[in-house]
Amino acid sequence: MRPDTRMSVLRFAAPLAVAVVVVAAWQILVSVNRIPPYIVPSPLLVAQTLYADRALLLNSLGVTLGIALAALALATLVGVATALIFVQSRWLEMSLFPYAILLQVTPIVSIAPLIIIWVRDTRTALVLCAVVVAIFPIISNTTLGLRSVDRGLLDLFRLSRASRWQTLWRLRVPSALPYFFGGLRIASGLALIGAVVAEFVAGTGGQGAGLAYQILLAGIQLNIPRLFAALVLIALAGIALFAATVGLSRVALSRWHESALDVES
Amino acid sequence: MTPPGGGEAIVALSGVAKTYDNGTQALERIDLVIRDGEFVTLVGPSGCGKSTLLHLIAGLSRPSAGRIAWWSGTFDETGGPGRRIGLVFQSPTLMPWASVTANVRLPLDLARVARADANAAAAHALARVGLAAASARLPRELSGGMRMRASIARALVTNPDLLLMDEPFGALDEFTRQRLESDLLALWSAQRVTVVFVTHSIQEAVFLSTRVVVMGAHPGRILDAMSVDEPYPRSDAFRLSPAFAALAQQVSACVAKASADALPDSAPLRANAARRTR
Repeated sequence: MRPDTRMSVLRFAAPLAVAVVVVAAWQILVSVNRIPPYIVPSPLLVAQTLYADRALLLNSLGVTLGIALAALALATLVGVATALIFVQSRWLEMSLFPYAILLQVTPIVSIAPLIIIWVRDTRTALVLCAVVVAIFPIISNTTLGLRSVDRGLLDLFRLSRASRWQTLWRLRVPSALPYFFGGLRIASGLALIGAVVAEFVAGTGGQGAGLAYQILLAGIQLNIPRLFAALVLIALAGIALFAATVGLSRVALSRWHESALDVES
Repeated sequence: MTPPGGGEAIVALSGVAKTYDNGTQALERIDLVIRDGEFVTLVGPSGCGKSTLLHLIAGLSRPSAGRIAWWSGTFDETGGPGRRIGLVFQSPTLMPWASVTANVRLPLDLARVARADANAAAAHALARVGLAAASARLPRELSGGMRMRASIARALVTNPDLLLMDEPFGALDEFTRQRLESDLLALWSAQRVTVVFVTHSIQEAVFLSTRVVVMGAHPGRILDAMSVDEPYPRSDAFRLSPAFAALAQQVSACVAKASADALPDSAPLRANAARRTR
């Protein structure tokens, strides 16, 4: 097998092996110690529940994932726009950046009730909560990227009498892409966390109930296998989101940036 | 070739000094005239302000005192036909995301030249530096020498009348360096371009130039200038000739004297730091 093929096989096989070992150990521990399912359900029972409750759970997954994706899109849009404004003026950045940090360090659980009260439409409120959580890495990474421009190239643009706009589009934006994608990768996970936390606070049930509501409800009903099944789905959704952003960044940077190149090249 | 001192003054510096905001005096009272068709090398130890001087000539920074005239005019009057300036940096400074052609075409793209014309000019510039076959490649797919060639092609694409080069071959191996030096001389002879070339290599200075300007540090100033009256084209045989050795000796003695005169303090380090953080 060629070394790079072996590397790519290993990339999937190694974490998979860890999962198999952990699940097997979990199953054995639960079976041998006869732990009741309302304390820790066996992986087999979780899988059975996942299958039995698939209609309910997949519907909730769709709701949560929809909120997370909408939040990620909005955070990207607003975050990049903010970074572009910051990089045009040091004054603006100095005046506004502390507030971006404020947004970042304020726990979402403490402002989510306010947002839910202020915004009439629950779905919109949930998306906004998730945006608040996800936006900071996009703002800070993109701003850093737009500023991290090769000095020599900047001199060359000045010597060529490039306009501000040309310098932005032809130099700053491409230079910022690797940083932006780094931010997006972090934001994808945060958007999901934000969506779940906001759902917890809002506690919306019924047709539009997300996975967080299913977890809350399952906990109250002591339906622990369903709680685990919902948890598994959230974890899988998080991994899928992360993988999607990694894939996106590979497509965008594949030809030139070190982060997207194979180790050997 | 054009006799040194004969042509029109391309750049004239009178009493030019540069002091950075942190108080470091990088250059003190520079008087220098660079004439049409000359190949002038600025040579000297680290921290003598040769790169600073080149940046001033490139219009990338302004002198703290004195004045600089480009074609007897201001910097704002440069850039048009007959008054174009090209710059080659210490490192290739190519855009990693753009192909070699797109990198070379950049100065024309920024000047909003039509794409077809720009592509033709880029192809021509690449052919002149022997990189035509690599036009579609990305910078990371090129060797160090090829990257530097691409960087030179980018400086040539506007057909500059004044070509400024800041230690362009400093990071290359000896073989690549000598080949690029010969290629540069061939280009210079064919183009009728005026070159100001910064280097810390005495051999490079003597091999390339019509005139060597020796600079000293603390603060940066011009110590001496000497003409190299050897005919062009200069082949590799020139590097082995007694005349070459004598000239190199002469420049070397001048640099050595300057280094001995200089105070052994940390001034050059500070000057360098100031230049980089600017």
